[in-house]
Amino acid sequence: MGKTTAQKIFDAHRVDVPEPGISVLSLDRVFCHEITTPIAINDLCARGMDRVFDPAKIKAVIDHVSPAKDSKTAEQGKVLRDWARRNHIQDFYDIGRNGVCHAIFPEKGFCRPGYTIIMGDSHTCTHSAFCCFAAGVGTTDLELGILKGVCAFHDPETIQIRVNGKLPDGVYAKDLILTIIQKLTVNGATGKVIEFCGSTIDSMSMEARMTLSNMAIEAGATSGICPADMTTVEYLWPFIKDEFKTKEDALREYSRWNADPDAEYASTLEIDASQLEPVATFGYKPDQVKPVRELAGTRVDQVYIGSCTNGRIEDLRIAAKILQGKKISPEIRAIVSPATPHIFKQALDEGIIDIFMDAGFCVTNPTCGACLGMSNGVLASGEVCASTTNRNFNGRMGKGGMVHLMSPATAAATALAGTITNSPLYHGERNA
Amino acid sequence: MKNLSGKILFLDRSDINTDEIIPAKYLTELSKEALKPYCLEDLNLPGFNPAKDVQGKGAIVTRANFGCGSSREHAPWVLEYNNINLVIAENFARIFRQNMFNCGMMCIELPPEQIDEIFRVFAGTDAFCSADPDKAVLTISNDRETREYPFHLGSFDKALVKAGGWINYADKKY
Repeated sequence: MGKTTAQKIFDAHRVDVPEPGISVLSLDRVFCHEITTPIAINDLCARGMDRVFDPAKIKAVIDHVSPAKDSKTAEQGKVLRDWARRNHIQDFYDIGRNGVCHAIFPEKGFCRPGYTIIMGDSHTCTHSAFCCFAAGVGTTDLELGILKGVCAFHDPETIQIRVNGKLPDGVYAKDLILTIIQKLTVNGATGKVIEFCGSTIDSMSMEARMTLSNMAIEAGATSGICPADMTTVEYLWPFIKDEFKTKEDALREYSRWNADPDAEYASTLEIDASQLEPVATFGYKPDQVKPVRELAGTRVDQVYIGSCTNGRIEDLRIAAKILQGKKISPEIRAIVSPATPHIFKQALDEGIIDIFMDAGFCVTNPTCGACLGMSNGVLASGEVCASTTNRNFNGRMGKGGMVHLMSPATAAATALAGTITNSPLYHGERNA
Repeated sequence: MKNLSGKILFLDRSDINTDEIIPAKYLTELSKEALKPYCLEDLNLPGFNPAKDVQGKGAIVTRANFGCGSSREHAPWVLEYNNINLVIAENFARIFRQNMFNCGMMCIELPPEQIDEIFRVFAGTDAFCSADPDKAVLTISNDRETREYPFHLGSFDKALVKAGGWINYADKKY
């Protein structure tokens, strides 16, 4: 019997079975940010256990509120910063060098096929785009991970999502994953792992795959794994070129983590990508999804482009293509937040920041802020935001606010119109 | 072991997310205790008053997919600091469920029919419940009657409840 990717990774990392069906795994990476880590750090200190299992495997960043907005967030940053110094964590990204965790850690080459990764953040599943088992955990799991380098998980059942065909112009990974969440529902994959496959995934960039994997949690999934292929190798090549003679060698090594053809899945979902159209959410749950055309004309107060879902260079390029030479609606305001300093610089070099600014966007530094209503774009009560983020929960971006999740293309077109609208890059049925 | 009994707070809705249990703006607190006043502050449930309804309760009975969304352990912590160590539902989001047991608190899953029955018989009354992890039985009573609901508790989850959480359990073992 063949194995899924998750089974292979579990088998290679299992250090204990406290109960049949539960595995304690050794961890290759423990990622940390300033919101969920400080309480773990304080608890470790209080227990007299202020140490880390391996400083080279721990990576830390200040990203949720950056720069600090008040004394409390300044304290959180300080706890993380002091801890990183004390424990010789080299890869700590302080204000100025920091980006959204799920964008900057992959960018620095910290994810490799076959890895186990945890972080005190539900969107840690983003990193499974690199054929990793990457899972969001709470602070206690994080704390023990920091201390011992292990974490317990139920042996995962796996849902295979097979996506074939070419996405129509103007339809993106975000539209695909929202459609998948609609089909699975918000708890359709709870406790399970998703493994994506098919020609659509094969032809996606790493950026698009990260968008896909990022939202696996919105269907309840522990991880949303993409297979390793030459696209994975090309992305990682600057970081692995000393480990392998050729890219083909790297591909051979990494491919062994891919699911076997006869792997057993709990279920399989087939999607024809060519039949998809741009979609957006309409309610307070990420599975409440409709074609954009059915939401056309919905008034918005703010447009937000950024986050661990859609703040990468590819996303900014798509939005800039739509915004070039145009102005946003005078009725609304719009914010763009490049997810890392590297992306910010790329956008500057490519003239993308000019396009955003000329269109009337507020350009912020990299931060998670607005997505969870912490800073840099919080909504007032009764306001509506068209957003490229990942959660539309009631009050998520500000108490009493409403969020419509969508792709950067739809968000950019919506910024121009002031109401939800399909992007001009989509040539299907428009704004029916 | 933490107290696994108390008066029941009935939350008749599915998919209650962690943003509703503890809004993100309070995640800047550096102590668990500071979260206490904000329990379920943004819960979207007609008739629910977080300022009044949480006080004096020791358990929650709710529907499906409780605790979905963010990984924030602030959600179990805010319950814990309001003396609620027990949540009974059809099922839970994975991270929330693990966080509960990691804190030595307990989630009990019951079939939808039994959850329906508990709402039908006990909601709106002064209902009290008590969970026994050794016998794996939940007892619910009000001034009229008492009913028992056996539940499944895996040996690992039980060990976490008994140890007072994952750190205590794992520190000796790994």
